Amino acid sequence: MRSNILLSRIALGLYLVIFFTYLLGPLVIMSMTAFNSNPFPTIIPWDCFSFEWFQVLANDERILRAILNSVIIGLGTVVLSVAMGLAASLILTQIWPRWRSTYYTIIIAPILIPGVVLGISTVVFWDRLSRILGPATDGLFHNGIFLTILGQSTFIASYTMLVFVARLQRYDPGLTEAALDLGATHVQAFRKILLPFMRPAIASAAVLAFLASFENYNTTTFTFGRYPTLTIELAQKVRYGINPSISALAFIIVSLTVFGALATEAWRRGRIKAEAERNGEAVAQGRSILPGFLRGNWAAGALVLFSFVVITLFWTARVYSPDQCKAEVRAAKQAEAAKRREELLRRRAQQRMQQQMKGPDIFTPSGKPAPAEGASTGKPAGGKVPFGSVFDPGNLEGQSGTGAAPDQGSNAAPAAKPSPFGSVFDPGNLANQAGAGADGESGEAPSEKADENGGEKPAPPFGSVFDPGNLKGVGGGAGEGN
Amino acid sequence: MAGGVGVDLENLWIRFGDFVAVRDANVNINGGDFFSFLGPSGCGKTTILRAISGFLQPSEGRVLIGGNDMAGIGPNKRPTALIFQNLALFPLMKIWENITFSMEVKGASSAERRKRADELLEMIALEGQGDKLPSELSGGQKQRVAIARALCAEPDVLLLDEPLSALDLKLRQHMRTELREIQQRVGITFIYITHDQGEALTMSDNVAVMRAGVIEQIGTGHDVYDLPATPFVASFVGENNVFRGRILEVNGTEALIRTNRSGDLLAQITPAARGVLKPGDEAMMFIRPEALSLVDDAGAHEKTSLTAKVVNEEFEGNSYSVFLEGDGGKRIKMSLPNVGQDRIASKGEDLTLKYELRNAVVMPAGELAAE
Repeated sequence: MRSNILLSRIALGLYLVIFFTYLLGPLVIMSMTAFNSNPFPTIIPWDCFSFEWFQVLANDERILRAILNSVIIGLGTVVLSVAMGLAASLILTQIWPRWRSTYYTIIIAPILIPGVVLGISTVVFWDRLSRILGPATDGLFHNGIFLTILGQSTFIASYTMLVFVARLQRYDPGLTEAALDLGATHVQAFRKILLPFMRPAIASAAVLAFLASFENYNTTTFTFGRYPTLTIELAQKVRYGINPSISALAFIIVSLTVFGALATEAWRRGRIKAEAERNGEAVAQGRSILPGFLRGNWAAGALVLFSFVVITLFWTARVYSPDQCKAEVRAAKQAEAAKRREELLRRRAQQRMQQQMKGPDIFTPSGKPAPAEGASTGKPAGGKVPFGSVFDPGNLEGQSGTGAAPDQGSNAAPAAKPSPFGSVFDPGNLANQAGAGADGESGEAPSEKADENGGEKPAPPFGSVFDPGNLKGVGGGAGEGN
Repeated sequence: MAGGVGVDLENLWIRFGDFVAVRDANVNINGGDFFSFLGPSGCGKTTILRAISGFLQPSEGRVLIGGNDMAGIGPNKRPTALIFQNLALFPLMKIWENITFSMEVKGASSAERRKRADELLEMIALEGQGDKLPSELSGGQKQRVAIARALCAEPDVLLLDEPLSALDLKLRQHMRTELREIQQRVGITFIYITHDQGEALTMSDNVAVMRAGVIEQIGTGHDVYDLPATPFVASFVGENNVFRGRILEVNGTEALIRTNRSGDLLAQITPAARGVLKPGDEAMMFIRPEALSLVDDAGAHEKTSLTAKVVNEEFEGNSYSVFLEGDGGKRIKMSLPNVGQDRIASKGEDLTLKYELRNAVVMPAGELAAE
């Protein structure tokens, strides 16, 4: 019996861990990648703790403008959809009961219509309208901000209405009557009685509307015109390849969210506690080193802790420079590459010896004694067999740039060289040196030869080179430049 | 109480679709009166109040306040203030803001409002509580705040919609006295809605008793209690014993009734039925429990005494209630003050009771109030 309970507790705990990992894991990982100097959003390998991506983000004009657009559109949507939602909910409570459900269905319909449809219809409608009304309206009716606010508000107003309806159900219409009875006009009764009562609902509806607008993509994608929002901009960026500055943005947004949530919770708990104290309820008055507002309010504590962490981060960012670490990482990578090269050389030497022992019969069909060429340039790349290991996927870890090389075999040669070009293909350098492959080629006689070799005769050793399995995960691209 | 503003209802009809909520009401309420509408729930009394305050337009007839026709004038333009059944204090406003809301909407300054609020708070004995929220007050305090809020608007007519129904008994009795005092102090017309006959009788100058949209009787508390116009009023206002029967003879304002069970009894005819009631008519006679007493000199009151078997007896502290077998399964209740008797009678015993002629009232048979 007891062990059963224990077991189910463990199972529940395990489930919760899995659930929260699934829920929050991606956010945590993404936030961490913002602090890795590695040019891809990754935490393995962890290169250096760095704030450079925040710098990159701060200098990214497009993202900044997109954020501005998103905020403007968000605020516009808040104003419009809160007003529309409030009006709709008021009508719902006043309308003749017979029409209520019909009206409700109509007003709620935009939530059920795909956002894509709303986006297209918004654009088409205002375009038609501007045709009808003449060119004077062109500027406004084709303005991305105008259209996006309208398009988003069509369905966000339905969400806000639901919030308002829930609040209105707790409203006593007698209060409005009492106000009227005491001489208030209808406007005064609305402004002084109903509106203050609705204020909490208006606040939550505004937050809801802003968030819904900020994260909207599928409606906005049709309406944004010349004013891309953040989601649009991010989607476009992903298409061109991403770097951790997006993670930096994500980290900022996550932090703001956590901060907002904690602040709200802390405030709420503080109020409950204050009320309890005012009502003279017993409050645990144990001696504590904590200041009063933190006592019995975990949210306030978490808020303070969180603020402390963020402030520490910023302070660190001002005084800490990752340059040295980066230099070390670069050096380490170079050293590793050098080691790999040596290993390569060693293996090649071995292979050559084996070939010599086997005899040259393998190469006869080509008519070109490859080993000789290799010798003539003084570079090991000449060897046919060595290519086998050059294209060993293990060497290409994380290097999309060199991956395409096998198509032509040209890049492979430099990679195998011990001298200056070895580090050119160091993964760390690649991002900055798009032209590296070309440089390597131009300076390299052997590469041409290798090319010939590769092209002319599909000698047995190449068999494994072109094994698709080797190319797994290796993007095309850079090699084509050669 | 001179100078109060009167309210008149003329041929007032109010319909909701096919349902008639108020049927041809004609009421003249004098200025400065404390006037109550008394009736069971659903009788249309709140509807009348809403018509007076302006939340409802009458289907037919007129509402006059101070002689002016109120047709088409909204509730915020009428010289009335309504105290709601649930009080409808504004939950988000402090007490002083609640009280002076009527000044706020007229654009009075905050200082003026504070001053007036303090005066009114003193009047309702809630000094220094102005900065609390309604939720922090007790039921009786909220009640007084609602009254102060309504009085702050300086209405000519104050309308009260069962304002005491949510209070417990002790507080209710206390508030009755207090309301009456306030009314006498401010001297304006109070129109009070209640289903509690005790409230109506203690506070009112005049009472209108309503049943199913019809005003059955208008009169002082005494009139309504002692000389009910209809069987409904007789049975609704206070406790009453009913004796059914037929009129044997009519003699001026008196009539002899042959009751179904208790023999021939004399009663006075209610003023509303004088000249209407004829021998042979179906009639109902009512005698209050406290008007019945034990016969001391047997045979002296032939036509004003009756005999019945005791069913049981209840001791109620200040009085004894004796229940005797009555007409049609109903019991006759007699109420005797407790002056130190051990008991009045034993079960199954036949008791002879007498009454004074002026305490028995007879009227044409009709519908009784539901118990």
